[in-house]
Order: sequence, then C-alpha cells, then structure tokens
Amino acid sequence: MTHAMHTKTWLRTPYPRDLNFGVMATDANPLAAKETPMSAYRPPKIAAKEITPEKFFLNRRGFIAATAGGLLLAQRAQASAAALKANPSPFSPDEALTPEKDVTNYNNFYEFGTDKGDPAANSGSFKPTPWSIKVDGMVASPREFGIEELMAFPLEERIYRMRCVEAWSMVIPWIGFPLAKLLDKVEPLGSAKYVAFETVLRPDQMPGQAGFFQPLQWPYVEGLRLDEARHPLTILALGLYGKTLQNQNGAPVRLVVPWKYGFKGIKSIVKITLTDKQPPTTWNISAPTEYGFYANVNPAVDHPRWSQATENRIGEGGFFGGSRRKTLPFNGYGEEVASLYAGMDLKANF
Amino acid sequence: MTVIPAIPALPRKYHGASVWALYAVGFIPAVFGFYLGATGQLPGDAIKEFEHLLGLWALRYLVATLSITPLRDLFGINWLRYRRALGLLAFWYVVMHFATYMILDKYLDFPTIVADIARRPFITIGMAGFIMLIPLALTSNNWSIRRLGSRWNRLHKLAYVIAAAGAVHFAMSVKVVGPQQLIYIGMVMVLLLWRPLRPRFNQWRRAQIGRPSFERAR
Repeated sequence: MTHAMHTKTWLRTPYPRDLNFGVMATDANPLAAKETPMSAYRPPKIAAKEITPEKFFLNRRGFIAATAGGLLLAQRAQASAAALKANPSPFSPDEALTPEKDVTNYNNFYEFGTDKGDPAANSGSFKPTPWSIKVDGMVASPREFGIEELMAFPLEERIYRMRCVEAWSMVIPWIGFPLAKLLDKVEPLGSAKYVAFETVLRPDQMPGQAGFFQPLQWPYVEGLRLDEARHPLTILALGLYGKTLQNQNGAPVRLVVPWKYGFKGIKSIVKITLTDKQPPTTWNISAPTEYGFYANVNPAVDHPRWSQATENRIGEGGFFGGSRRKTLPFNGYGEEVASLYAGMDLKANF
Repeated sequence: MTVIPAIPALPRKYHGASVWALYAVGFIPAVFGFYLGATGQLPGDAIKEFEHLLGLWALRYLVATLSITPLRDLFGINWLRYRRALGLLAFWYVVMHFATYMILDKYLDFPTIVADIARRPFITIGMAGFIMLIPLALTSNNWSIRRLGSRWNRLHKLAYVIAAAGAVHFAMSVKVVGPQQLIYIGMVMVLLLWRPLRPRFNQWRRAQIGRPSFERAR
C-alpha cells in the first residue's frame, strides 16, 4: 500500500462531509478491499430497522444552527480541534453516525469530572501538545513516539459502534491507525503476553484528578491481552469527525477497542508497556465485582446493578425515537473477534 | 437569645394562594424537563437525563418536607402550611420517576422490570420507598388527619424511612459515590438526627425565652 494511493483517496473525500460515510468510503475507494491486510473482513450486518432515519443525522447542522445554544456549543467544539485527513477504511460498516455534538458533549472522562457534561466543560485548559507516548517493557526496541510521528502513520477512518458499560451506545467516525502497527515498530519479545496503558497525570489541568474528592485512583490504567491489542479492529485514535480529538474525547491519542465496553478505551495515553502479567485496570480496581479485565460487550452478563441486554442509542431525537435496541455479543464484532476467546468462560471472565 | 431571620411575614389572606403557587412552581422542573426531552434538547441519553432529573427533584422535595420542623424549631419560621404540598410534590415526582423508568426506559417490559426490582438492591430500595410513600400520599388530607388521630402521626413517621431510602437509592445508583450523593446523604442524616434531639432543644429554648419559638407564625 503506497502513500500515493492514500493521497489520491483522501483528496476525493474532503471534510467536512455531510453524507453517509460508509457509502462514500466504498465508492471512493474501490481498491480498498483488495489492499487491506485482512481481506476476510466483512462489516458487521446492521438490520435496516436499526439504522437511524437519515433526517436525524442529515439535519444535524440545521438543528445546531437553529438554536443559539447549539451554535455556541458547536463553536466551542471547534475551538480545540484541527482538520485531520484520513483514508476511508473498508473496516467501517455502513451505519448512521451519532451527531457530533453528542459525541463531543456526552462523555465519561472522570479526570475532568463525573458528569457527562464535565469533560466538555472542564477540559479547556488541558494542553494536548506537545505530547509523546513512551513504549517500553518486553520489547526489543523501547522508545518514545512524538505526536507528529503518530500523525504520520497512514490514518484511516473507522466508523465503530461504541457501547458504554452504562447501557448506552454511539456510532463514531474515528480517525486512527491499528495499534499493531505501533507495536511492530518496538518489536515485542516472545515473552510479552499483555499490553498495559497509562493516562497522563496532570492534576493542574485535569480538575477531576485534583481536590478533596477523587472518584478513581490515578493515573487511569488499562490493559489488553497482546492478541487483542494486535487485532486489526484495535486502533489508536487521533481524531473523529474529520478533526483531531478534542480534549474531552481523549486528546491527543486514545485507544478504541470496539468490541469492549467504552471504559477500556483509555484516553490521553502517555505510556504503553508490554508485560507478561495481566495488568491492573482502573475500574476493576475500583469495583472488581462490577468491571472485569476483559469487559467484552456481552448481553448475557449483566452488570450487578443493571441489565446489559439492551442499549440506548444516543442522539436519536428525544424520548420517542424508539432507540432502545438489543445489545449484540462483542458489540456486533463477534465474527471478527469471537475466536480470540475460544474455549474461555466469558461469564467468569467478564 | 432569639434568632429571627429578617423575612417579612406573609399576610394570612395569601396563605392559601401561596400553597397553590408552590404546587404550580413545584411542577416546573418536570414540565420543562419533559419539554426539553420530548423535543430532543436534553443532552445525550435523554430518557436517563429526564429520569434522573425527576428522581433528584423527588429527593429535594423529601429533604424540604423534613426541613419544615427544624426550620421552625431553630429559626422560628413556621412554614407548616407548605409541608403537605412539599410531601405530595415528592410523591408525584417519584410517580413520574418510576413511570419514566417503566414506560420510556423499559417500554413496559414487565418481566425485566420485575427482575430489576427483585434482583438489583438499589432498585429494590427505591421501590420500597415508593410503596411507603403511597399511604402517606393517600392520607395527606384533613379528613384522614381527623379520622386517624394520633395514628396519623405514627404513620407519617415513615417519611424518615422514605427519605433515607431515597438518599441511599441515589448513592447506590451511580458508578462512583461523589460529592453530590454525599451531600444528600448528609442532609438526610442531619434532618433525621434532629428528631431525637428536638424535644430537649425545645425545652431548653422555652426555658431561655419563656415560650416556644414557633408561636411566632410567619
């Protein structure tokens, strides 16, 4: 896959785009399916009734413009993000997107506060640049990657469902690259079995990490098995909706693992460590009976305090959108990832 | 020693109207929240936001209901005439909270609702609080007070249990207990702790000023 090919394809898909991403991706990039390293990939099937009526997302701009508050929100949302170009990816299923205003204003990022609106409201003084990720542990060539270097990886747009452990979901057009490509550069040793991640610790810029009340133990840490980390669906995201990540979404770089609950998607990553032991994970430390290490989306395993059988799709228009839908095993990515867990008891390893 | 806040007394002829005004104002959060939700203006998970708004206001009205007595004991402000309205507002907000959960959130999926109530302790506790509120709401009228006599007082002591259940339900529903939940638990605890203390306090107060402070109606 050459860089010239990337240049050609993204030139034909300028941002911002108002139209359906999935359709454009296949029209604009007919060669993509042949080029992808995993040609067996088939986008998960989405039932027609589950797709948000076009009017909900095509009218997004009109809706935002119609309300002064929405306009202000949109302007604030633009403030910290720069345009980011990416190659439409065949990994993106053809599914209606969650409006950008919801993706950037309804967040769980406890470093900035525990309410959904806190990350957007309290992350203004966070500095996502300069930035670097230190990659160390059981690797042949440990090193740091500057943010410019990460931006230089061939970027793809991945439209993924995001299922929060709180039983709501979104569909987000991420921009990023497979984590495997970063891991290749540091050459993991044969003894490495797990990948540990760590979020930045900056109490001066992250009000949730400072003060009298601390909801979680900082820094936030997460982990994956090495084969999960190397799976083609696992990406490091640098942007969404055609722009670099905003602070509330985990700027400048975060993990996205679409078949796991959202809390596995650790944000503002500063450290990645290859190890042979299962790494500790923040929510598991906080409540071990409620949040496991694997945290695969599983409608058959309830959270002790709520059912995981169904989910509410965010941003489908108020009370009567009929947006409660059945949660799919592995968030609908079972065809791609179920084999990772062959023979495992997923009820015990929740 | 007297503590009299500088608020002017409301003329008696407006007392009745002020109670009705409280009902009207009291339902504004629910009406406004419903309007925002129905028109897609609540952020993110609109149904959850509305459900939580109703639950939080129910808890606020419960706290307000229990504050009437200490307000009178400590500051000589007699707002007893608003207590029934506050209690009934709490009841109606709990009804709306539960209806939102049943209809908008769970689409009247009764097996799931029953399983939720039976299996999830925070929902069990919330439901218990709701059930205890029903007899209180049904007897919140002059006829019941006359009819039940001293038994009415005993029955309405359930309000203490209900407020505690509400605060615990709130704290158990969130992923991490934060300042907001602790504040409500703290307020309910203080209000409940006041009850065993108040006979002794009022006795001491009467000795100080020669008469119970609550005679000064405001």
